[in-house]
Amino acid sequence: MKGWPSLTLFTASLYGFWLLLNDTFAPGQMVLGLVLTIAVALGTAAMRPLRARPHHLFAAIRLLFVVVGDIIRSNFAVAGIILGSVKRRSNSGFMKIPMDLRDPYGLAVLACIITAVPGTVWAGLSADGRALTIHVLDLQDEEAWVRTIKYRYERPLMEIFE
Amino acid sequence: MSVENIPAWADLLASSLLVLGSVLALIGSAGLLRLPDLFSRIHGPTLGNTLGLGCVLLASILIASISAGRLVFQEILITLFVVATSPLTAMLIIRAGMYRERVDRGKKATPQQDTMH
Repeated sequence: MKGWPSLTLFTASLYGFWLLLNDTFAPGQMVLGLVLTIAVALGTAAMRPLRARPHHLFAAIRLLFVVVGDIIRSNFAVAGIILGSVKRRSNSGFMKIPMDLRDPYGLAVLACIITAVPGTVWAGLSADGRALTIHVLDLQDEEAWVRTIKYRYERPLMEIFE
Repeated sequence: MSVENIPAWADLLASSLLVLGSVLALIGSAGLLRLPDLFSRIHGPTLGNTLGLGCVLLASILIASISAGRLVFQEILITLFVVATSPLTAMLIIRAGMYRERVDRGKKATPQQDTMH
């Protein structure tokens, strides 16, 4: 069957969630979880018409650490802005970033990253998928933001998903 | 599970993590008050959502693991769900704000200050 590899990845992560949620390796829960996850994966297969093909596990792990580091750093940056002067607080604005990433799963992850990092929020992708609009709290150096998004997040995501 | 026999270092570490997390959430909420418009106010609560939440979850993992005598890391799931769902609300709010701004500008014949490039 064509859909199996991505179905098994999905089922495996669901199964992991189930065991983690119940915090147990009791045989009853393991069997129940297996039956439930397979049923859910098969039942929702029609809702996920596109298959994700993530590869490069190491790139993904590296990206995770980069993002966690950025989240911690920008937490303090944004806290500084909120506690700062009126002038510092009114530098926000929208900006556009040219996009090369096309994979929908990659874009979804990018949206999660951009929204999870304080100080930036995803505000929409143009209909042709070539321009991303984001809202930035500290919009002094547009070039630096373009570089951050493109090199720190988009490049590794393209490596992982394309 | 008893909460009494937790070593002092763990108590201290967990308490500091809780205080740090709460302070971050408080600053984030203060951002709602101090930032000038809807779009910049979106950035405030992300503090409590990310590092604030992370600190509280780390404290929870620490105390739960010590009192259970093994590694308990269910809390990772909370991070996962928050990271996967919060972009949806943020996007909804920001798109609604952009739409409202466009409607407002359409109503007034005089061009307003352009915040959207």
